[in-house]
Parts: sequence; structure tokens; C-alpha cells
Amino acid sequence: MQQEINLNTASNASPDRFMKIGRDPNRAERIERKSLTAWQDIRYRLFANKLAMFGLYLMIAIVLMAIFAPLFSHYNYFSNDLDHTNQAPSFKHWFGTDDLGRDMYVRTWKGAQVSLFVGVVAALIDLFIGIVYGGIMGYFGGKVDEIMNRIAEVLYAIPYLLIVILLLVVMPPSLTTIIVAMSITGWINMAWIVRGQIMQLKNQEYALASKALGAGSFRIIFRHLIPNAMGPILVTLTLTVPGAMFTEAFLSFLGLGVQSPVASWGTMINDGVKAMTVYPWRLLFPALFLSLSMFAFNVFGDGLRDAFDPKLKK
Amino acid sequence: MIRYILNKFIFMFLSLFVLVTATFALMNAVPGSPLQSEKATTEQIQKNMEAYYGLDKPLIQQYGLYLKKLAQFDLGISMKKRFQSVNKMISQSFGYSLRLGIVSIITSVLAGCVLGIIAAMYHRKFLDNLAMVIAVIGLAIPSMVMAPLLQYLFSVKLRMFPVTGLKEPLAYVLPTIALSSVSIAFIARLIRATMIEVLHADFIKTAKAKGLGGHLIVWRHALRNSMLPVVTYLGYLAANVITGSVIIEQIFAIPGMGKFFVQCVIDRDYPLIMGTTIFYAVLLIATRFLADIAYVLVDPRIRISAGKVGG
Repeated sequence: MQQEINLNTASNASPDRFMKIGRDPNRAERIERKSLTAWQDIRYRLFANKLAMFGLYLMIAIVLMAIFAPLFSHYNYFSNDLDHTNQAPSFKHWFGTDDLGRDMYVRTWKGAQVSLFVGVVAALIDLFIGIVYGGIMGYFGGKVDEIMNRIAEVLYAIPYLLIVILLLVVMPPSLTTIIVAMSITGWINMAWIVRGQIMQLKNQEYALASKALGAGSFRIIFRHLIPNAMGPILVTLTLTVPGAMFTEAFLSFLGLGVQSPVASWGTMINDGVKAMTVYPWRLLFPALFLSLSMFAFNVFGDGLRDAFDPKLKK
Repeated sequence: MIRYILNKFIFMFLSLFVLVTATFALMNAVPGSPLQSEKATTEQIQKNMEAYYGLDKPLIQQYGLYLKKLAQFDLGISMKKRFQSVNKMISQSFGYSLRLGIVSIITSVLAGCVLGIIAAMYHRKFLDNLAMVIAVIGLAIPSMVMAPLLQYLFSVKLRMFPVTGLKEPLAYVLPTIALSSVSIAFIARLIRATMIEVLHADFIKTAKAKGLGGHLIVWRHALRNSMLPVVTYLGYLAANVITGSVIIEQIFAIPGMGKFFVQCVIDRDYPLIMGTTIFYAVLLIATRFLADIAYVLVDPRIRISAGKVGG
């Protein structure tokens, strides 16, 4: 005991108790961690995020079911069977039947098709217009940017519900109407994201080099700058999809969207609400899968955003 | 500062003008007259009706007249409910929507802040995870699912709240929860993200070094700085509440503005469509304008020079 305490006192720290280790020339340049490219790092961090991966698997499962479930069923989404209306879930009808005897299992997945279709198409239209508009805005800057930005600002202030209502006066309620209405103002967010990215990137050496070699503006924007801005664009794209899916369900719920007999989660929920107290499964299944897919897309989008954010790196 | 506000004001006006013009153009682009009905009417009656609604004048003149009436806040007369002015129809039902909307906005901000603060204070601990699970659930369950579920569980099964209407204070509870859940979740996540960043800032360390207690730091120093994104979000919150209330009003049978959105489209009641559209557009665009200004007023770090916002 006595000796241990003595070890810690200063008087005992005589030079002969120390040893010089010196520099190891081999260690100075040793790389402790695996060297990762930016995309490898993003992938690694995304895969490490359990919630986001759960969202991704859920997304894939819903997409696969939406494509294949209606194909491998004896039933279809539009045939009435008036002898078997409002059946509870059973082996014959897994999710039960609705008030016209239509199989809820097939209708739920048909609704998933409609929902996903609207989500993906609306997101792709936003992507296309947003990249072109935002790219031009960001690259040319100055007066062009000023004018285009003002136009975007004016449009951005108009809420989509009003656009839908105005459009419904000239167009019949349908998928096309919903998608057109969402696209009229939906692309602006994307355009602003792209603009911000391009403004950051356009003075980078590779863009200048390309310019010096005689590349045209459009080549620089679409071949060099946009690919480098892919991160934020992808994140925005993923988070646009659930928004569009919700809008479709919202409008269909109000009867302003997809019309019968085509199934949509929105119309099915509307029907289900009316019969909720007696036949709860008619509300349960479309509501459950709408919520699940909103959850999956949101969680995955969040995870993707975190993976792209270098500030959150541990 | 004044130039900045003026600038924003001009663009607010421009947005409104675009919307009003687009509304007018679309209404007139539809083939057929809105006054046509199944009943056979004589030519004279048809002409009288057209004259009553000013449809006999040239288009440009109609547009001018419409703008002039709008400037006097006159939205015209409904075509389906004869002789009832759109102004009156809106004012009769707007009260319900307004009350529900205000209650919902207050709830969203309060509940969102509390959840967000708790999550940030107990970052990466159990309470943080719990708050974020609640937020994700709120974000994932759309209002048209949330509302009937709440209604079924608490009103029909447990009989704790009235099933429909807005007659008593207790009746506000379920519609407010259903209407606010998405915004609560959004605000909670917003506050959490900024608060975690703010809590690592130097001035918080100074406050800690000075010896301030944990709660005082959060309330006096961190919260004010974390509120900034929420102020920007308020404009969109108003929009969300308005769009959301269309569904909530339908499910809870509340006689608010929501019914016009669907009914006027089905009825093709043009003055009513134009009236509701413009009424809401003014409301929303004005809220966003106010949110923009509030943001500048709240944040001392933003200095404004020559009408541009810069750091």
C-alpha cells in the first residue's frame, strides 16, 4: 500500500523511470479507418439507421404487394357480389368485403397502386420542372434569377386546394386532375433547392474548367452541376412522395379525386367512416395501409436526409 | 425595414391578383352558361337572369366590374341559392371554422413546443425517444384516419365527448386533436432540431458558467432562439389548418366553411367558388405575409438593408 502511494508522488518521478518511445515512422501515415467515398459513407450511415431501413423495407413490401397482390387473387376490384356484402375478414375474403360485396383485400392493394402512382408521378414531375427551372435560375443568376424567383414566389403563395377546386371546374375529377393540380405549385420547392445547390457549385473549379474548355451552359448545368447536387434533390424527392399520397387520399376522401369503381384509399376510408360502427374492418384496412406507407416514406426520407447531412456524422 | 415590408406587400398583392384573374378566366373558360338548368325557360327569363348576374356584358367589362366589386369586398350573389349573397353565406359559417382553427393553431404551437423541448432536454434518452415516437405517429396518421378513430373510440365507445358539432367546449377536444396532430408533430421536430443545436451554442455555455439553473436556461435563453423556425412555419400552419378543417368539419359534422369547397364544385355555383377561393386566398396569403414580417421582427440577427434580407 505504502509503495503504491509513493509511485504517484513527484519526488519518485526520476528520469530513469521514463523510457523514450520516439516516433514510429510507419505509424505516422497509417490510416486507422477505412477510406470511404462520399456515397459509400452515405450508404453506410443510411444502413446503420435502423428506423430508416425499417421504413425502406416497409416501402418495398408495400410496393411489391401493390403490384402483385391484385394479380394473384381470384377477385378483382370492381365486380359486385351482392350475396356477400359487408362480410367480416375470413379465409375467403382476407380483408372482408364492402357494401357491394367487392373484395377488400384486392381493393386495398388496388388503392395502393393508385396512391403510389400519384405519389411517384407527382414527384417525378416536380423533379423535372424543378431541376430545369431551378438549374436555370441558379446558374444564370442576376436578372434572370430575380424574375424567375419572383414568378415562383407569386405561384407559391397560392394554396393547392384552391387550384384543385378551380381545375375541377374545367376538368372532371380524376387522377390527371389531381396530378396536374399538385404539379402547378409542387415543383417550386424543388426548384429552390436546386437553385441553392447550383449557386454553391457553379463557381467550383470543375465547372470553370468545363467552361474554359468551351462547354455550353446547359451542358455544364445538366452534366456537371446537377449530378453533384443529387443528394438534396433525392431527399426532397423522397419527402414529396408521402405528401402527394396524402393529397390524393385527401381529395378522394372529399369525393373530388378518383371516382368509383377504381379503388383509392381516400374513397375507401370515406366509405369506411360511414360504416365504422357496424363494419369496422372497412375502415381499418385502407386506414392502416395509408398510415403505414406515410410512415415508411417519412421515416426513410428523414433517414436519407440525416445520411446526407455531414454535420450529423459521429 | 420599411422597404422590405413594402416589397413583400407588393408581392402579396401580385399573388392575389394572379389568383383572382386566373379564377375569373377559368370560370369563363368553361363551355356553357352556368345559368342553364333542366327546366325550360323562355328566352326572356334567360336574358333577365344573365342581366341580373351581369353576364350580358362583354368579358372585359365583366372583369372590370368584378375587380371593382372585389375592392369593395363584395363577392357577388350565389347562383344556386338565389338572392343570397356570397358574403352572407361565408360570414354565417366562417365563425365555426375560425374558432376551430384558432384553437387548433394554439394547441399545435403549445403541444409542439412542449414535446420538442422535452425531447431536446433529454436528448438521446428515453423521454426524447418517446416524444419522437409520438411525433412520428402524429405525422404518419393522416387526419382522415385520426378523426374517425378518435370519434369512434372516445365518443361512440367511451362516450367521453360529443360525437358531432361544436356546441359545447368539450366538443372542441377531438376535432382539435385530429386537426393539430400533424402540426404538433412537425413543430416538435422543428423545435427539437434547433434546440439541440442552440443548447450547444456558446451563449448557453456562458449562462451555465454563470450558474443559471437548467430550466431557466431552457426558458430564458434557448427557447427564444429555437422559436424562429416555428414563426416561419406559422404561415404554413394556417394553410394546413384550413385545408385540414375541410375533412374534420365533414367528419364531425361542423357547419363551417369546409362544406363550400366540395358543394360549390359539385353545384357549379360560380360566384360561390370564386368567393370561397378568393376569401381563403386573402386569408392565407395575408397570414404568410404576417409570418414573414414577424420573422424579421423576432430575429435580431437578421439585418435588412435595401430591401434584401442578409446576415
